[in-house]
Amino acid sequence: MSVRVGVVVFPGSNRDVDALRALELAGAEPVSLWHESADLQGVAAIVLPGGFAYGDYLRAGAIARFSPAMRAVSAFAAAAGLVLGICNGFQVLAEAGLVPGALLRNRSLRFVCRQVTIAPERLDTPFTRAIGERRPLRMPVAHGEGCYYADEATLDALERDGQVLFRYVDDDGSPALDPDDRANPNGSLRGIAGVMNAAGNVAGLMPHPETAVEALLGSDDGLLIIRSLVESAGERLAAGRPTAVGAR
Amino acid sequence: MSQPAAEFRFAVNVTPKPGILDPQGRAVEQSLPHLGLSSVSAVRVGRRVELTVAVPNETEARAVVDHLARELLSNPLIEVYGIELLGATSSTVSSVVAPMPPDAAGPEVAS
Repeated sequence: MSVRVGVVVFPGSNRDVDALRALELAGAEPVSLWHESADLQGVAAIVLPGGFAYGDYLRAGAIARFSPAMRAVSAFAAAAGLVLGICNGFQVLAEAGLVPGALLRNRSLRFVCRQVTIAPERLDTPFTRAIGERRPLRMPVAHGEGCYYADEATLDALERDGQVLFRYVDDDGSPALDPDDRANPNGSLRGIAGVMNAAGNVAGLMPHPETAVEALLGSDDGLLIIRSLVESAGERLAAGRPTAVGAR
Repeated sequence: MSQPAAEFRFAVNVTPKPGILDPQGRAVEQSLPHLGLSSVSAVRVGRRVELTVAVPNETEARAVVDHLARELLSNPLIEVYGIELLGATSSTVSSVVAPMPPDAAGPEVAS
């Protein structure tokens, strides 16, 4: 029996179909979850997809946070459920306080849409375990507000506690720590492309692993991240860990 | 509740926290030489949200606006906000009973 993994669809989500397909390629049974419903349909993990939820009005992710689906996702995360936010999904997680930090407008003021190279900081997480020796990873970014920001003390704590999941790296694999480094597409502090919460069950990243799942289309490096999530969810399911239920 | 409901008009001004990178402000600033201006600096671009609250008194109205500003209109990690009372109207007589100039209460900076 394959693992059911949900993708929350907000008005304005546009990478939800890519996420559903990537999950299927990674061996999961993908399930669409509508933003107006707090019923998570018993999924074992959740993906918040890319796009412009609620038009990104006010701030990217700000309004999505208050949707019935997100309230259910928060409860699921609090019960140690696995949640991966991609691009806009990362912005939603940050606005909801489920991962630390915030995503500011790109330092360049431009919407960036190009391939980037990232490297995982750790391979022992539910989101990176299948990456193995293949790194750095190539996949696209497409965002206007992806400049990772947290205050210095928070950044230090994230590094100390192993909560930095991915950094943008140069072609030779060295991290683009400087916000002005060419390999850092948006000016993120310390080159941070993805982070994890302290408990290690909620992660967000700006690059799009779900659109780098076929070698024929340029890269299938992203599939390793999606597969990590699906494998972890399957293991948790087999171990009898609770899966999502209808919230409240 | 015997107290008649009134309507309070507020503006919430949200700006980037001091020290936080503001690419919009920087872009505006970089355009200033084209206008021949050298006397302007430290440009910060934020947003202004105007709204009406219908509750019996100003204290309650401010509490509502403050809650909204903190929870939704601003992200306290990266932004600060100020609340301005623009005016008040009694809904029962539908006339302006306590018009206030925008700066009468002075901006309050929270967080």
